[in-house]
Amino acid sequence: MEYFTISLLNGTVYGLLLFMVSAGLTLIFGMMGVLNFAHTSFYMLGAYFAYTLQKYISFWPSIILATVLAGGGGIVVERYFLRRVHRYGHAHELLLTFGLSYIIAELIKLFYGNYPTNYRVPESLHFSAFQIFGTDYPVYRLLMGGISLGMFLLVYLLLSRTRVGIVVRSAIYRPRMAEALGHNVPLVFMGVFGVGAALAGLAGAVAGAFYTTNPNMALELGVIVFVVVVVGGLGSLEGAMLASLIIGLSSSFAVGIDLSLVDLFAFFGAGEWAQGLGGLMELKVSSLSATIPFALMLIILLVRPSGLLGEKG
Amino acid sequence: MKTRPNSTLLDVQDLHAYYGKSHILQGVNFHVGEGEVVSLLGRNGSGRSTTLKAIMGLVPPTSGRVLLEGRDLVGDRSYKICKSGVGYIPEEREIFANLTVDENLCMGQQPAHSGIPEWTVEKMFDYFPRLKERRNTKAGNLSGGEQQMLTMCRTLLGNPKILLIDEPTEGLAPKIVTVVEEAIKDIHQRGVSIVLVEQKLAIALKVSSHVCVMGHGRIVFEGTPDELTGNSKLLTEWLAV
Repeated sequence: MEYFTISLLNGTVYGLLLFMVSAGLTLIFGMMGVLNFAHTSFYMLGAYFAYTLQKYISFWPSIILATVLAGGGGIVVERYFLRRVHRYGHAHELLLTFGLSYIIAELIKLFYGNYPTNYRVPESLHFSAFQIFGTDYPVYRLLMGGISLGMFLLVYLLLSRTRVGIVVRSAIYRPRMAEALGHNVPLVFMGVFGVGAALAGLAGAVAGAFYTTNPNMALELGVIVFVVVVVGGLGSLEGAMLASLIIGLSSSFAVGIDLSLVDLFAFFGAGEWAQGLGGLMELKVSSLSATIPFALMLIILLVRPSGLLGEKG
Repeated sequence: MKTRPNSTLLDVQDLHAYYGKSHILQGVNFHVGEGEVVSLLGRNGSGRSTTLKAIMGLVPPTSGRVLLEGRDLVGDRSYKICKSGVGYIPEEREIFANLTVDENLCMGQQPAHSGIPEWTVEKMFDYFPRLKERRNTKAGNLSGGEQQMLTMCRTLLGNPKILLIDEPTEGLAPKIVTVVEEAIKDIHQRGVSIVLVEQKLAIALKVSSHVCVMGHGRIVFEGTPDELTGNSKLLTEWLAV
């Protein structure tokens, strides 16, 4: 029970964080058809910005400023880089963001060194929210979950209740028609790109203090975020939320499950036979935890290529 | 013979456009007077739809001019062309299937230009009560006829001075064709000028004050509907299927 509750909490918070990063990626892909390889670079930039700013200002203002800076970075990338190569097609856009992700990572290494920084949760937030089965549950984890949930609600309301949201959703679907109805679609694209980058930056600024802030964090998260977007359905915000939670929870639960196929067979009385086979049979679920998201993606691509809630084929 | 209005609203001069390497528009010349309905007729592939797209900036013209009240629109992005008072109703309808009827209508809304009666969502629902009943339905779930009504309303809410309508009755049941035909007449009566591309000759002749026949990317005949029907050689050469 203890294991279950804590895994559930941790998995949910991790899933919510994944959502904050993947939301921007899925919206950008849905609108512009650009698979932005540099998206998690904004996550990393957010963390480094917040870490650096903390030397001068206090925690929360530096989180906010880091978010704004990451968003500004996104706008610059869209306006001055992506838009220029747009007419050459998606392959060029993909290569551009791919290169950009490397440049950002190398710049970070140049300025901060190729090792984890000392970015930590401030002492004032370093206390337990409640005791659960005798262990302290850190309040900062709940804060991260709360911020992600708040952002989801904000983005969701913005998209579903405002005219700007209607324009964004229709531009995802038919950009040329949206433009023919008098909407400046490139400006909308730039805005979405900026907001997406800002969300990733916020996630980085908040999560960087809890997990680790290092020059590989963009690459590490990037892979998982792509899985989230594919599983959820490219372009679907709700899908990204669902997939983030599934992947967050499954990785969180898997880490603690020390069972293998042998145990499953043992349940039917064939344990010794399975043990004798060895190999795959003896592999523990916990050691597979990092593989689970990819296995999930594989299954989704085979069974439902448009993703769980994807509309576009 | 009816004379054409003195003031020109839209003047298309020597318009050229390409789709890839094929030269689709090869010097299109025509104009639309204030309050006129001008039909572009011709066979498939004669360049009628492309003419509308080129005016709207959706297919970039390679040369020529499109003057709206004297101001050249060529080179402008289509959102600017829309804001200067050109409304476009595409043949493919291009409704936003993932949005509700209300949201689709919201997408079309633009501030009114002075001197032209303003279109409101309520007025649209008077026209097509069916849309009001389905205002919270996802547009993708509407029937073909309802989608055509929606796409017309959506563009009208942009309060255009001139409306470019591409094949509005394509694939519709005869009963709905009549509704669309009546709507076009009514829109015209409210003072909106119209360029109509219509495959059904009978409808085009009924609603338009001036007709242009296109062939090989040019205008090959211009005149009144009566002049066209009286010219059997022209009809067989450029219009008969």
